Amino acid sequence: MDNMIDITKMAPNRRTLITAVAAGAAASVVLPRFAQAAAAVAAPSAKDYPMKAFTQKTEAATLQAMYGTSTVTTSPDVKMDAPDIAENGAVVPISFDANAKDVTGAAILAIDNPFVMACAYKIPAGTDPAISSRVKLGKTTKVVSVIQSGGKLMSTSKQVKVTLGGCG
Amino acid sequence: MTSGDTTTVEALIKHPMDSGFVKDAAGKIIPAHYIEVIEFTHQGKIVLTGYWGPAVSKNPFIKFSFKGGKSGEPIGVSWVDNKGETATTSSNIM
Repeated sequence: MDNMIDITKMAPNRRTLITAVAAGAAASVVLPRFAQAAAAVAAPSAKDYPMKAFTQKTEAATLQAMYGTSTVTTSPDVKMDAPDIAENGAVVPISFDANAKDVTGAAILAIDNPFVMACAYKIPAGTDPAISSRVKLGKTTKVVSVIQSGGKLMSTSKQVKVTLGGCG
Repeated sequence: MTSGDTTTVEALIKHPMDSGFVKDAAGKIIPAHYIEVIEFTHQGKIVLTGYWGPAVSKNPFIKFSFKGGKSGEPIGVSWVDNKGETATTSSNIM
């Protein structure tokens, strides 16, 4: 009895689920009344998009374009979850989790994709450097999770075997 | 690692995320159409910015957590895609 956890003292981990529709007329139908204030928030600007980083064909060129450096250290402080074998290359779940302070950014690279950069994130203070998402892999490839922390890049990687390529 | 004061966001966005590499049944390339910049906000503060490309899966799923947030407070999400189309929506923390 002494070891029972008092759940009333454990603050709940709060969650929110968002299911959002595509741009266009449909978006206005789904917005609930209480979200009107949020609608006043401007959409992000495409000017901020690091287009050059998304059109490179090597890891070094991608990191150089995104972060201004291609110097990256493999680190046990970056953990990545990726399947050994991806049956469907169009939807491959990838998660990373960094044990680091001052994380400012992250990126997922697929070395043998037509363009190496799959996605990148700007992570503000207060947001956990741990993100789960799904990417397309064109064929069997090394997947690299890169974390930008304290101005430096660190990473971990995993070879993901792809059965059915995700590029169509 | 979660403290008691953490909000976890799971979002499923409906978007074709066409890469521009795929051909339709007639053999014509389906033009690239994908979200470029996506922002998640809480109380006027951006809690995550995503730069997405054609390699992000169709109907993107994302899960992340940030410190703070109370039940009932809205989390906003808005994006712009490569065609310049934008969308904004919101959901309350449970």
